[in-house]
Amino acid sequence: MNALPDIKGAQITEASSVIALEDITRSFGLVHALRGISFSLVPGRALALVGESGCGKTSCARIIARMDNPTSGTMLFRGKDVTAVGSGTEEKSYRRAVQMVFQDPFASLNPVFSVGHHLVRPLKLHGHVQGRKGAADGVDALLESVGLDPILTAHKFPHELSGGQRQRVNIARALAVQPEVLVADEPTSMLDVSIRLGILELLSSIKRQRNLALLYITHDIATAAHVAEEIVVMFAGQMVEWGDTMSVITDPRHPYTKLLLSAVPDPYQPFVPGDSAQFLQHAEKIRQISRPSSDGIDKVGPNHFVRTLGKIA
Amino acid sequence: MNNALLQIRDLSVDYLLDKGVFNAVKNVSFDIGRGELFGLAGESGCGKSTIAYAITRLAKPPAWVAGGEILLDGQDLLGMTERALQVVRWKRIGMVFQSAMNSLNPLMRVEAQFHDVLYRHTGSNREKSRARAEEMFRLVGIPADRLSNYPHQFSGGMRQRIVIAICLALSPELIIMDEPTTALDVVVQREILEQVVDLQKSHGFSVLFITHDLHLMAQICHRIGVMLKGELVEVGDVKQVSRAPVHDYTKRLWGAIPSLPSMNAMERSPA
Repeated sequence: MNALPDIKGAQITEASSVIALEDITRSFGLVHALRGISFSLVPGRALALVGESGCGKTSCARIIARMDNPTSGTMLFRGKDVTAVGSGTEEKSYRRAVQMVFQDPFASLNPVFSVGHHLVRPLKLHGHVQGRKGAADGVDALLESVGLDPILTAHKFPHELSGGQRQRVNIARALAVQPEVLVADEPTSMLDVSIRLGILELLSSIKRQRNLALLYITHDIATAAHVAEEIVVMFAGQMVEWGDTMSVITDPRHPYTKLLLSAVPDPYQPFVPGDSAQFLQHAEKIRQISRPSSDGIDKVGPNHFVRTLGKIA
Repeated sequence: MNNALLQIRDLSVDYLLDKGVFNAVKNVSFDIGRGELFGLAGESGCGKSTIAYAITRLAKPPAWVAGGEILLDGQDLLGMTERALQVVRWKRIGMVFQSAMNSLNPLMRVEAQFHDVLYRHTGSNREKSRARAEEMFRLVGIPADRLSNYPHQFSGGMRQRIVIAICLALSPELIIMDEPTTALDVVVQREILEQVVDLQKSHGFSVLFITHDLHLMAQICHRIGVMLKGELVEVGDVKQVSRAPVHDYTKRLWGAIPSLPSMNAMERSPA
């Protein structure tokens, strides 16, 4: 038991980070959507934020993407405090550095514009290409980097592409800005299970090639293992367990992490009729004991931390 | 199999596109036995949902059934009059759609939505509907006093359970579930599907379960059919399809699912 009060987000907050959240909270009236969130994003590494709907993972993404502001806490960008909205140029450089890929590949492309148009605009707006030839070359390079054939794809409209292809275009659009941080909010949850792996592998490879810091948000802990070196399991606005992905997945300590892992579909464990009431009760009990806020943190491995259970009010 | 509840014979469904006719479902045949959980797996666009719509005759132009038979208890659903079909739909064949939680009427209390269905199909009065609704809520594990709430007052998982409860209120013989939990997170997904397995056992209805997640399907179904580009490429017992898939595509589909590292290790070891 190493419950050190100053250990919050230890290891996960590193000096080399691009973005660091320190003790971020966000309240909507009486609802505490985020409670004491601390983690950081490091170039060339991916952090997975895992939890159920409503646990606060998208609230984190919105704060990082500047679509929302925290109630308290500090956000650092390259070591500089950017919690409060800065000058126009500062904001611009921040937004250029942080790009998002959204969940719904069907709703995040404009149906009246071609794929090429979606990619030329950010390239030109951010001054990454000159002239018509440069723009066309830029689009081709982007499409190739996400595994799409430029000749077949550039002139197409979103409705002519499958969900997986659209998500690749969304990733290319984010890359067109040449960001340092990519925030992917459930990028595969609307896609077929069978094409998820392809998108996950794409995210991993661009992260390596471009030395991107990747924040991967998901409710599917199994996919997190494919992308992220580090994982944060969230429940009811708190980080309940975090650290090296392999360590957390193979040696889960928090009851909620165990519940999440047990719910990953396993084809070799068919449901037993008559067990549903038991699982429902079990799940509800774990939600209940995991909900109260707690300041106790145990270090259970070199980079593996777990929050102790709080008192039930 | 003569005692099959649902028999699908050489079913073909076409769509008219601007480029011509697209064969979405090609000569598909399979049976669903009484009390059987039958799974239909495949990627987006393989025609699995099109089959679900064809069974309830909800396929609308530009889609049409180009050929084949769909027999419920030996009765041809495709040849029925609209009036006869209204008796079968919902009463004998229930449906739960992918975004079923959004198919509740936001302006009506849940109780009234139960009554709507029960009154139309059984002529039940308000008291009887209320009693049946309470019974169904208990069945899916939602406190009965919440019947007077509106849909937005429930979580996504609860709404999906309410839709299943409304579906079950008419005691259908077959329930078609088209990606019933795709929009939900894994814990809620398991909560709901464990309940479906339980209810199936206690009520004895048959289920056509459609999903793209083979892992999940293998946890629930007795038999599995795998579809590729409108064709049923493999049908078999869950054990056979999961442990010894015959078709190349089935093998690839298994390999393409992101699973936990520990589960990968398990799969590599001989089962």
